[in-house]
Amino acid sequence: MKFKLPNPGLDDRIPSHERLEILEKEETDGRPKWDNKTQYMLTCVGFCVGLGNVWRFPYLCQKYGGGAFMIPFLILLVLEGIPLLHLEFAIGQRLRKGSLGVWTAIHPYLGGVGISAMCVSFLVSLYYNTIIAWVMWYFFNSFQDPLPWSQCPLNDNRTEMHQSWTRVAESYVEECDKSSPVDYFWYRTTLNSSTNIDDSGSIQWWLLLCLLCAWTVLYVCCIRGIETTGKAVYVTSTLPFVVLTIFLIRGLTLKGSVDGIIFLFTPNAKLSNPETWLNAGAQVLYSFSLAFGGLISFSSYNSVHNNCEQDAVTISLINGFTSVYAATVIYSIIGFRATERFDDCNDRNILSLTNTFNLPERNITADNYDEFLHKLNLTYPEVIKDLNLETCNLNALLSEGVEGTGLAFIVFTEAITKMPVSPLWAILFFIMLFCLGLSSMFGNIEGVLVPLQDLNVFPKSWPKEALTGITCLGSFLIALIFIQGSGNYWLALFDEFAGSIPLLIIAFCEMVGVVYIYGIDRTYLKQQKGAATGYGCDGKILAGDLKHSRKKAMPMYSGGWKGVMLGCQNRCRDLLRCRGLVDETQRMEGAHLKTPEMYPTELNPDCCLADKLERPHCG
Amino acid sequence: MLAKVLLALSLVPALALALCQPDGQDAYNVRLSIKTALGANAYEWSESEQFLFRATLAFAMRQYTGQETFNVSSVIVCDETPRVSFWFVVTNPSNTATLIPKNTVEAAIRLSRNRINSAFLLSDKTLQFLGIPPTLAPPSQPSLPVWLIVFGVVMGLVTVGILALIISGFIERKKKEKTIEDEDEEEKQERIMENDISCQTLEGKNGVNNGAYTHDEDRLTQL
Repeated sequence: MKFKLPNPGLDDRIPSHERLEILEKEETDGRPKWDNKTQYMLTCVGFCVGLGNVWRFPYLCQKYGGGAFMIPFLILLVLEGIPLLHLEFAIGQRLRKGSLGVWTAIHPYLGGVGISAMCVSFLVSLYYNTIIAWVMWYFFNSFQDPLPWSQCPLNDNRTEMHQSWTRVAESYVEECDKSSPVDYFWYRTTLNSSTNIDDSGSIQWWLLLCLLCAWTVLYVCCIRGIETTGKAVYVTSTLPFVVLTIFLIRGLTLKGSVDGIIFLFTPNAKLSNPETWLNAGAQVLYSFSLAFGGLISFSSYNSVHNNCEQDAVTISLINGFTSVYAATVIYSIIGFRATERFDDCNDRNILSLTNTFNLPERNITADNYDEFLHKLNLTYPEVIKDLNLETCNLNALLSEGVEGTGLAFIVFTEAITKMPVSPLWAILFFIMLFCLGLSSMFGNIEGVLVPLQDLNVFPKSWPKEALTGITCLGSFLIALIFIQGSGNYWLALFDEFAGSIPLLIIAFCEMVGVVYIYGIDRTYLKQQKGAATGYGCDGKILAGDLKHSRKKAMPMYSGGWKGVMLGCQNRCRDLLRCRGLVDETQRMEGAHLKTPEMYPTELNPDCCLADKLERPHCG
Repeated sequence: MLAKVLLALSLVPALALALCQPDGQDAYNVRLSIKTALGANAYEWSESEQFLFRATLAFAMRQYTGQETFNVSSVIVCDETPRVSFWFVVTNPSNTATLIPKNTVEAAIRLSRNRINSAFLLSDKTLQFLGIPPTLAPPSQPSLPVWLIVFGVVMGLVTVGILALIISGFIERKKKEKTIEDEDEEEKQERIMENDISCQTLEGKNGVNNGAYTHDEDRLTQL
């Protein structure tokens, strides 16, 4: 006997199997539906596969030892990811409501779980769309050659001096000179970042335009809910994979890419380190976009007979595969960048030596550099010291593990500038990031809009377009805090606190709610397809409304049953036999309802009026 | 007499060398990186190449000052290294004992930098005049930044999409309301219902026995 908390009235709040069958046939649900299974799968894959797969997983993989990180990750994917995903799909599909409705159906006191999921979805969508705005800014700037982040901008005083010549003296902006062009472009040109969070700075108008663009694109894709989202995901969910493949092929042809991949997958033998397992677990949880409520919503638009267990396994595997695939691609490019930097470092040292000692060119190469240095150091040690030669270490360059925005906007953009035809690669890369982010945003917005509708915040008469519009507009106005001077500090704050602990707590409550309050038994048994199966024998029969449906020429039993509990008691069976609903050919424990095709086409009028259920002659 | 002439002649190069001093006040250091620039097509640095350099520099001085008195002999080179780097000075053609000041030389080189580079198939980076930074072309500033153009295109498409969807949704809603009104009209002419079962079904029908009952009847023997 599995432990279960008492939950009276549960069956009143949830639709029964029979009702679900009927709703399925009738389509009187009023809920939106997926056009086909592909749309549903692409939407869920898009929601799960997001920016984290590209810029968090490779970093963790590299930090905790490549191949050795995969093992905890894959184990926890199966033990943690698949069950939780299955849970969300199953309750959504069974209870056919958004996240708030589902939890209030399981138990009224659990409604708070739905509301907190809505809050988390809202906070996350605020800053997530700002990141998309940044991606769009870089995308807009990728349509020029040379790319703006490949060189420092010239100083203002270039126009003052030497006006008699057509060409002007070089003088770079000092800040850029001291750091690097990519850093300058990110921190100064894009963010115009202030020094700390207290110093708000002003609203950066160029980011304002990009943020406006991001929210309007989101609006146009979500304007009618899954009707429009379902079309958009054909592009946003598939394009990242195409681009990743293109980058993989391009990356493998570059020098040093294989070194990067080997470095990524070489295990550091840190399996015993608990931090590895913790980070793997956290990555699985956050990567699956669980506890946002979006997945529950999406799953509730499915047919009742959909095999959600198979879906959960499929999506988990796709998510895991994408993480590994993206890590490979990213590290092939990072390997290329590290090798370039290593070569540049060596070249600078060689040039230093050649120029100082006026040796012929090409005398010192990368191979004999060390012996030359040694020889020169013996004869001119002070001169060598004054040169301040750098130490070039390829491994150190590869280990410069960067994650998050640093990876996308600094490291990767720098790597792109070193590739031929840079604008093309930049455009492809930022389109990929944009699609990854946008498809995740669909899920977030779903997790916000559906609970808002369930809470009846907006009047029912308002069209869906207006609801979505108001939500997007409100979010845009609040997200203005992220585009002021201190914006990226605010974003880091939100990312740290809104999208971490709350999700853990919500996921935990979901688990407890479904296992102990809803009952793990029901969850298990309800997976069976086909004819409704009886379970439990409480022998309650609620009167069925027989509604004659004029819309369908179907058997007259297509109507609303309020919930017939089949039990093994004779009375149940007799009454149902009266209605000709019991399929006597099935001799198993518990009565079985006939499938709708087997329903009698004509009613026995004496037996079949609702108020005549108790008539003894029906037996 | 001959001895005096010989002495004078031998002094001239010495005098020339004295004028050209590495780190001299009016001297410039030049560094060429031919192999880096040309790779396999690199030429060897020889006396003739040196002659070309001095001639080009004299040309640059002529262009800048406008005086056509500068000659190859006005440019003195010293301290050549295998790196292919050397120092040079430019003497005043009217008074070979004095040197042209540094600023003038720099200005002349800047003016004809392109011509000097092309003479050697090199660029600003590979033919370095140490102390004279390479010059850059001013970046072409388009009237409208590129990113604004792309932004405008994207926003235009999105706005058109939004309007199209809103308007089509509005039209559909109007159509649905109309069809519902039409259906309500029909319903009034429908058959009378009682207990949600059409009366016609109940009237005049004896009912048909359900198959579920058939085997029960067989248990009773027929009379």
